[in-house]
Amino acid sequence: MLLSGSDMQAIWLTVKLASIVTVILLLVGTPIAWWLVRTGSWWKGPIGAVVALPLVLPPSVLGFYMLLAMGPDGPVGHLTRALGVGPLPFTFWGLVIASVFYSLPFMVQPLQNAFEAIGDRPLEVAATLGASPLDAFFSVVLPLARPGFLTAVIMTFTHTVGEFGVVLMIGGNLPGITRVVSVQIYDHVEALEYGQAHRLAAVMLIFAFLVLLALYAWRPDAKKG
Amino acid sequence: METIKARFHVDWPGFSLDVDCVLPDRGVTALFGHSGSGKTTLLRCIAGLERARQGFLSFKGEIWQDDTTWRPTHKRPLGYVFQEASLFPHLTALGNLRYGIRRATTEHRVSLDQAVDLLGIGHLLDRKADRLSGGERQRVAIARALAVSPRLLLMDEPLAALDLKRKQEILPYLERLHDELKIPVLYVSHSPDEVARLADHLVAMEDGRIVASGPLVETLARIDLPIRLGEDIGVVLDVVVGERDKTWHLARMDFQGGSLWTRDMGAAAGSRMRVRVLARDVSLTRQLQTQTSIQNLVPARVSAIADDEHPGLALVRIRVGASVLIARLAKRAVAALELSPGQEVWAQVKTVALLE
Repeated sequence: MLLSGSDMQAIWLTVKLASIVTVILLLVGTPIAWWLVRTGSWWKGPIGAVVALPLVLPPSVLGFYMLLAMGPDGPVGHLTRALGVGPLPFTFWGLVIASVFYSLPFMVQPLQNAFEAIGDRPLEVAATLGASPLDAFFSVVLPLARPGFLTAVIMTFTHTVGEFGVVLMIGGNLPGITRVVSVQIYDHVEALEYGQAHRLAAVMLIFAFLVLLALYAWRPDAKKG
Repeated sequence: METIKARFHVDWPGFSLDVDCVLPDRGVTALFGHSGSGKTTLLRCIAGLERARQGFLSFKGEIWQDDTTWRPTHKRPLGYVFQEASLFPHLTALGNLRYGIRRATTEHRVSLDQAVDLLGIGHLLDRKADRLSGGERQRVAIARALAVSPRLLLMDEPLAALDLKRKQEILPYLERLHDELKIPVLYVSHSPDEVARLADHLVAMEDGRIVASGPLVETLARIDLPIRLGEDIGVVLDVVVGERDKTWHLARMDFQGGSLWTRDMGAAAGSRMRVRVLARDVSLTRQLQTQTSIQNLVPARVSAIADDEHPGLALVRIRVGASVLIARLAKRAVAALELSPGQEVWAQVKTVALLE
């Protein structure tokens, strides 16, 4: 066996985390990106900046604030207690929520670019053909933004797979619950198990390369339509 | 009640639109003016694509916009053709046509087949937009606008993005549309030629204001129009092909009060056509000239004289029976011939442009 049982568990957990986060961000990030493109509101600047924050903040800073917010005295902590869910830190779902914030710009920004590139005209055309704005979004914007969605999904998924700092802050290192691949590699190195770290790291490297290869190989096709 | 009433006030940096007009609910109304005159903005306000803060719009008695009402574009029973090809690239030509049909709420006055036939796009239906030429795309876009069975068709310079050849390819379809459909059309254009060919009613705009509005033939025959038509000043005449002279390949075009000979372009005797006579092609004489190459000499009476743009030129409006021609003359010629309203003259018409 090339990879150990705990390695496989870490890979499975990572894939599960990245998939759930990607689905949530598709549902949350799409309206945010659409709003950022269409709004004339004063809030566009501040909201756009908040969305982009994870791009520049050290993950430990982000993780630290989220830990405080989710902790028993934080606002999210109060809410989860009132709902009877219990505290979120050091749970899988706490990790999901933290990852959603951490990967938000990787979903929103490609979508925002794709929506901007579509422009007003197709929406005006749709309106003159009797389509309501919501109808036009599903029947015109979504199909035209498909390459943007592809990029956004891949970027979000791979970025979530690669996260480390936020996981350590929010999730810690619990096998099967929060111990994702990046943490597992860190563990191997700490324990001087370089051979195992090598194998897992190679899996990550090949995965990342293949995904990006697929992404870049696909793009010209998407442009040709 | 059965008309289009529009009143819009728009104030943008560097541009304002201030119009209050009643437009006919039948035929083709040309919104004519130079770029920046506000004609496209007026059209977009009527479509609901632009929302004038102060505005009123009613269509055949239905209020589309007033201080308390706003009917969004997708609930207005209109078809809109944009200047550049605006087909959805992810759909085929047929998919584009069906997009509108599926969402049409009004009764079907125009069927898919009729729209396809009228624009001659039957062979293009399963192609995607990027597999169509510019002219074909615009024909599909026009068919798409028709296929929703609009009660009002809005066209924003549908030919402007096309070269001359493509224009010639589409114009006949637009003329058929005019002849065969009973939908009122608002047609934005800066081309006097298109307006002369297609319009029944002319609304001339300048600097966001309407400077003239009326039936095409009458409005073009005015010489006090404040719009600058330059070399394009002239009149249109609705004519019937009278006699065809087989020997000299000429055809006689009869209009109210007279007739003009043109090259015989093959139209059968009795068919109705529209011809255009430019002011620069009309000259005047006091006496009938017989030793001249000009074939069209018609008796006329001067009805008005006005200054042209150039200080050396004058526009002379003459009546030929019930019709009107405009002649562009040097002011020195006007003085030498001692022209004045009421005077009888002979008009020499050098060129008559057939518009069909």
